[in-house]
Amino acid sequence: MTDKPQTFAMQALFGTDQDVLVAHIPQCVRLGISVVKCEPFRGTVRLPWSEDLVGDPVRGVVFGGVITTLLDQASGIAVQCSLEEFKAIATLDLRIDYLRAAEPRHDLFAMAECYKVTTNVAFVRGSAWDRDASDPFASMLATFMLKGPLDPGAWQNAVARNEEILRAEEAS
Amino acid sequence: MKAIDAVSHIPYARFLGVRMEETPSGLVCVMPFHRDLVGNVVLPAVHGGVVGAFLELTALLQLVELAGEDRVARPINFSIDFLRSTGPRETRGRAEIVKHGRRIANVRVIAWQDDPDKPVATGIGNFLL
Repeated sequence: MTDKPQTFAMQALFGTDQDVLVAHIPQCVRLGISVVKCEPFRGTVRLPWSEDLVGDPVRGVVFGGVITTLLDQASGIAVQCSLEEFKAIATLDLRIDYLRAAEPRHDLFAMAECYKVTTNVAFVRGSAWDRDASDPFASMLATFMLKGPLDPGAWQNAVARNEEILRAEEAS
Repeated sequence: MKAIDAVSHIPYARFLGVRMEETPSGLVCVMPFHRDLVGNVVLPAVHGGVVGAFLELTALLQLVELAGEDRVARPINFSIDFLRSTGPRETRGRAEIVKHGRRIANVRVIAWQDDPDKPVATGIGNFLL
């Protein structure tokens, strides 16, 4: 493909254990989601086991929707890792197939790959597994809207400002 | 088991803080806003995954309400359309069982915040009964 970028906005963050990518996302912090790997067009994340996340108490299996969060997060990283400049992104749609039950009391992983980027839309596919990436328990397809370019500095300021707003709301 | 009891038996429903409300137009799931649910601090907005999970939970609880079984239906697949940003407010959801077969149920869900006519997300899924 000739339309794939040669340089990436996220270049400096490519590598393993890039938790900085989720450290500012409250839901990821709450779930303990970490970034296993961040590379061109791909993101891999990990969710530590927690009893809180069980959806079926009889079988002790994690709630399916938690996998949605994990795969959505991996997808967002994959999209960011596919762009030449920082852009705000938003999930447009996401579909999950639950291939089998996830292993109880096991850390879960998800990897997403952004396989096509157009001016406005990014297309992503991914899967989630427990023991072995070649034996996934869920597969996913998603599309993301690409918005205007994002200046990293302005973004940091917005994060700080909104942290204040959230704290004020919680206090009231 | 009714959906209202099921909520307290599903750890993840407690994690999200979801509660059920009986309304004249049927069962409504309510997810209060909490800072820990945020996925985008710039907007700010509830994490897309949490919105998706809430839709799936709403569908599941509607099935529990109908079937009255202790066994929780298993999702086969679930598809979510994100229509608007889900702001730092309470989110409400309502499910409609499109088809309840012998083995499979097809369930459609809609979630909104201030105005039911302005949904923030919709979902549809198949569940193994």
